[in-house]
Amino acid sequence: MSGVAVPHEGGVPHNDDGVPDPGEMTGIPRTAAPPPPRPPLAHALRDAGIAALVALGLFIPLVGLRTDVGPSGGGLFIRTRWTDVAIIVGLVFAGRLALNLWESLRPERRAPTARRTALLGRIGLLVAPVLLGFAIALPFLPGTSRYVLDLGILVLTYVMLGWGLNIVVGLAGLLDLGYVAFYAVGAYSYALLSTTVGLSFWICLPLAGLLAAFWGVLLGFPVLRLRGDYLAIVTLAFGEIIRVVLINWVSLTGGPNGISGIPRPSFFGLSFSAGGGPGSFSDFFGLEPSPTHRVVFLYYLILALALLTNWVTLRLRRQPLGRAWEALREDEIACRALGINVTNTKLTAFAIGAMFGGFAGAFFATRQAFVSPESFTFIESAIILAIVVLGGLGSQLGVALAALIMIGGFEAFRDLEEWRMLAFGAAMVVIMVWRPRGMVSTRTPSISLGKRKSISGDLVGEGHG
Amino acid sequence: MSTPILPTPILEVRDLVMRFGGLTAVDRVSFEAARGEITAVIGPNGAGKTTVFNLITGFYTPSAGEILLHGRDGQRPLHATPGHRIAQAGVARTFQNIRLFPGMTVLENLLVAQHNRLQAATGFGIAAVLGLGGYRAAEREAVERAKHWLEATRLLDRADDAAGSLPYGAQRRLEIARAMCTDPVLLCLDEPAAGLNPRESEELAELIRLIRTGGCSILLIEHDMGVVMNISDHIVVLDHGKKIADGIPAAIRADEKVIAAYLGTGDDDEAPSPAVEGAA
Repeated sequence: MSGVAVPHEGGVPHNDDGVPDPGEMTGIPRTAAPPPPRPPLAHALRDAGIAALVALGLFIPLVGLRTDVGPSGGGLFIRTRWTDVAIIVGLVFAGRLALNLWESLRPERRAPTARRTALLGRIGLLVAPVLLGFAIALPFLPGTSRYVLDLGILVLTYVMLGWGLNIVVGLAGLLDLGYVAFYAVGAYSYALLSTTVGLSFWICLPLAGLLAAFWGVLLGFPVLRLRGDYLAIVTLAFGEIIRVVLINWVSLTGGPNGISGIPRPSFFGLSFSAGGGPGSFSDFFGLEPSPTHRVVFLYYLILALALLTNWVTLRLRRQPLGRAWEALREDEIACRALGINVTNTKLTAFAIGAMFGGFAGAFFATRQAFVSPESFTFIESAIILAIVVLGGLGSQLGVALAALIMIGGFEAFRDLEEWRMLAFGAAMVVIMVWRPRGMVSTRTPSISLGKRKSISGDLVGEGHG
Repeated sequence: MSTPILPTPILEVRDLVMRFGGLTAVDRVSFEAARGEITAVIGPNGAGKTTVFNLITGFYTPSAGEILLHGRDGQRPLHATPGHRIAQAGVARTFQNIRLFPGMTVLENLLVAQHNRLQAATGFGIAAVLGLGGYRAAEREAVERAKHWLEATRLLDRADDAAGSLPYGAQRRLEIARAMCTDPVLLCLDEPAAGLNPRESEELAELIRLIRTGGCSILLIEHDMGVVMNISDHIVVLDHGKKIADGIPAAIRADEKVIAAYLGTGDDDEAPSPAVEGAA
C-alpha cells in the first residue's frame, strides 16, 4: 500500500516520504486550484434574481397594498395592486441584469494616464472662462427670458453661498451644517436696517456682512474645540437656533409673518420704478420703462458679489492665512507645532465664510423684498453643503459647476413633477459614484518653484472638523 | 560627567512631573540641554520620552515642575506658555509618526512653517489680498529660506510635488526641513531615524550635524543606538518615567543601570549589551 495515505484511528496521514502532510491534516487541498470562472450570464441572472427578490420584499408593502376610503364614505379598505408590483420587480430584474452584463462585458477600466490628466487639465482651464463669459453675456443673449434671468440669479446666489461655505468646509476643513444661519443674519440685517432705520442697500450690504461675520465668530468660539461629528451637530443646532429666534422674537422680526416691503436697491441713486418717472433708471438713460431692467441689474449685482467672493478666496488661498486654513484641514497638530494660532485661524475661516453668507443674505432680502424664517430652514444648509461636496471640497470651479447642476438641474426637472426629487437624488448618487471626491477633486498648489502641478484628490485631506 | 556649566543651557527641565489619572508617566525628571549640542533622550518603550517631548513642546501641561528655555529673548517658562507660542519662542519639533500636510506641496509645507513671519508682513491679510505692502518681498525671502532647507535635505527637485507622494525617507527629511523653516533655537526630533535604512540613517546623522553647525541646539529621541552613540554630545536615559542616567555617550554605554533597564536585571551575560549594539 505504499504511496497511499492510510488513515487510522488517531493517526496522521502520511505521504510517500512518511512526512506528515499539512494539507491533508488540515483538510486543505494541496494545490489551491483557482475557482473556475463563473459563466457571466448565470452569475448575472443570479444577482439580478436576488435584486428582484429584495425589490419584491420592499414593494409588496409599499406599492402592493394601499388603503383607500370606502366608496360609501365609511371605513378604509385595502386595495391590492399586484400588477404594479410585478412591473416594478420586473424592471428591477431587467435593470440589474443589464448592469451586470455591461459590467462583465465592457473592457477593463483604463487607469488615468498622465496624458489624459493633462488633457482634462487643459479642458478645465477653458471651462472657467467660458462659464464666466456666458454668465456675463446671459442677459443679452437672444431668447433669454425673464424666467431664465430669475433662474440665473438663483443659481448665482447659490454659487456665492457655495463659495462662501467652501472657505469653511473646503479650505479649513470645518464641517458646518448651519451655514444658512449667516444667510439669515445677512437677510434680516438688511431687512431690519432698511425698514426701521432707512439705510440704503449699499450701506447695509457691508453692515450685513459684518454682522454675519460677528455671528460667525460667536459661533466659532464655542465650537473651537470640537471636531468632526460634534462640530457638525453644534453648527446644525446653531442654524436652527437662529431660525427659532427669528420665528419667536415677534416684536423685532415679525415672527412667522416675516418682514415685507424691503426697499429695492438703487443704481447710484436711480430707482427701478416700473412707471419710469423722474429720477428713475429708465428716465435717466432715456429708455422705455421696463421691469426687466431691475432683473438685469439684480443679475449683475449677484454676479459681481459672487465674483468678489471668488476673487477674495483665490487671493486668500495664496496668502499665509489661506495656506494656514489648508494646513489646518490637513493636520491641526502639526499646525500647532509650527506656531500657528489654531484658534485665530479657525475663527477667521468662520468669520470670512459667514461674511459672504451675510452678503448673499442681504442680496436675497433686497431681491425678494420679503424675508421670513421659512427661507432659512435646514434644507438650505444641506443644499449648500451638497453643492460644496459634489463640486469638490476646496475647488472654486467645482462649486460653481455643482451649483449650476443642482439648482439649474432641479429647475430643468420641473416637468417631471413629483418624480423631480427622485431624479435629483439619482443625479446626486450618480455624481458621487462617478466622482467620489466631487467633480473637481484635484487641488492646485498655491505657489510653485517650477511648473504648477495639480495634486490628486487622494492625497488631499478632508478635514477632521 | 555632567553638563558643562559655563554657557547657559538652552533648555532646563526641573523636577518635571506628568500624571495621567493614576499613572505617573514622568516622575521628577530634571536635565539640561546644552547650547549648540545634541542631547539625546533614550530609554525603553514606555519610558516617558515622548511625554517629555510633548511637555516641552506644549502639547501637554505638566502636573508639576518647570521647563525653562533660554532663547533669543531671554529666559522663558515653557510650562506656562500656550502651544503655538512655544513654537514662536523658537522650539520646533518633528513627530514620531510623520505629520506633514500631505495634500500640499513640499514648498507649501515649508511656507506654512513660516506662517507667523509671513502673516506679520500681510498687514492683517487685507494688504496682502489687495497686493499691497512688503508682502511680496517677505514671500520671496520665505521661498529662499525654503529653498535653502530643500537643498540641505536634497528635496529641491521635489519642491512642487505633494508631500504625501514622497517616499518615506524623504518625508522624514521634509519634516525636519519644515521644522527648521520656523527658525528655531531648539529642534526636538522624535525618533527621526525610525524606519530608515542604514544609509538613510547615516545621511540623517549628517543632516543633524549640519543643523547643529548652523547654531541650532538639538534634542533627540532615538531608538537607533548607532545614531545616538554616533552623534550625541550628551545622553539622558529615562526608564519608567524616571531619569536613571545622564552623561556623555561613553559613560552611558558603561552605566550598569542603563544596561539593566534595557536588558532587564539578571542573566546579563547571555544577551548582548547596548554598547555592543551601538558599536555594531
